[in-house]
Amino acid sequence: MADQQEPGLEGAADDPLVRPYVIAQGRERGNAVQLDMISVVIAARADVDEMALEPEQVRILELCGRPQSVAEVSAHLDIPVAVVKVLLGDLISRGYALARAPYTQQSPVSRDILQAVLDGIQRL
Amino acid sequence: MESNVSEHGGQRIPSAIKILIAGGFGAGKTTLVGSVSEIAPLSTEEVMTEASMGVDDLAGVEAKTTTTVALDFGRITINDDLVLYLFGTPGQKRFWFMWEELALGALGAVVLADTRRLDTCFPAVDFFERHQLPFVVAVNCFDGADRYTEDEVQQALSLGADVPVLLCDARVRESGKAVLEALVRHVADRMATPV
Ligand SMILES: Nc1nc2c(ncn2[C@@H]2O[C@H](COP(=O)(O)OP(=O)(O)OP(=O)(O)O)[C@@H](O)[C@H]2O)c(=O)[nH]1
Ligand SMILES: [Mg+2]
Repeated sequence: MADQQEPGLEGAADDPLVRPYVIAQGRERGNAVQLDMISVVIAARADVDEMALEPEQVRILELCGRPQSVAEVSAHLDIPVAVVKVLLGDLISRGYALARAPYTQQSPVSRDILQAVLDGIQRL
Repeated sequence: MESNVSEHGGQRIPSAIKILIAGGFGAGKTTLVGSVSEIAPLSTEEVMTEASMGVDDLAGVEAKTTTTVALDFGRITINDDLVLYLFGTPGQKRFWFMWEELALGALGAVVLADTRRLDTCFPAVDFFERHQLPFVVAVNCFDGADRYTEDEVQQALSLGADVPVLLCDARVRESGKAVLEALVRHVADRMATPV
């Protein structure tokens, strides 16, 4: 895994949209973690060795002190969803973050869930 | 596989579920998401890769360029264990490859029909029918536009008799809530009568 900072990466591109791509390219694809746009993630550890992580990953962990979806992480940090998935997948496989799959991928929607959704909407 | 841990250090990780808000360009999708969401609508950008562009060749899109698709979404916390996300889906046909991913595992969809150009929601209706995703049609009544009755819209869009049609004002929270409630009830009805 590309744990070492590539020299010059910091200054490689100032465009916040481009830079994450540079970072993500160094990652192995097809690792075990399959994230959905609405997988909910949370930071798992208090002791974060920031030197071992990409700066974007540190920002992701800071944001994930409270549960967030992949889409929310992407929107808040202005990093494309595909890149967030790669960075988070790495964090999860290294034990820095945990994820929960969307409801409908775990099991079909039950009547109880539909009722809960209805109640939640009515409470708005 | 994704870990199924839902409890962590006393903090629960909620599971998420999603509803799509579709419709033609300018039909009021972002407005509807915003009126019912507990957060200001967020926007996430997805860059179409060359591979994705291939799907789009029929639409005459140049295969070597990249395009940015903005998706906006809102959030409704249902309870400690469940969060509902509402995704406004980009209306143009060339973004349909995104709809495939968005539709996967969705609870259902709202098709916003714009009374000034009803036909712009045909593609969305077609898509959800083909994917057998339950949907309702919400007729967004723009000022000064022709008024339609629910029945007229049902006819104009050749909707199945069971597809709920509601008149709405996407700017008004109570109206948006009524639309979402109609969708959830429709999903429940469909479950009760297996096809
Ligand atoms: N009169 C009236 N105006 C509306 C209603 N819903 C939306 N609008 C207005 O219509 C315009 C377009 O609404 P948006 O919510 O941006 O539409 P959209 O479907 O997200 O548009 P795109 O994402 O560009 O396709 C805005 O100026 C809204 O204020 C409605 O129910 N009634
Ligand atoms: Mg919009």
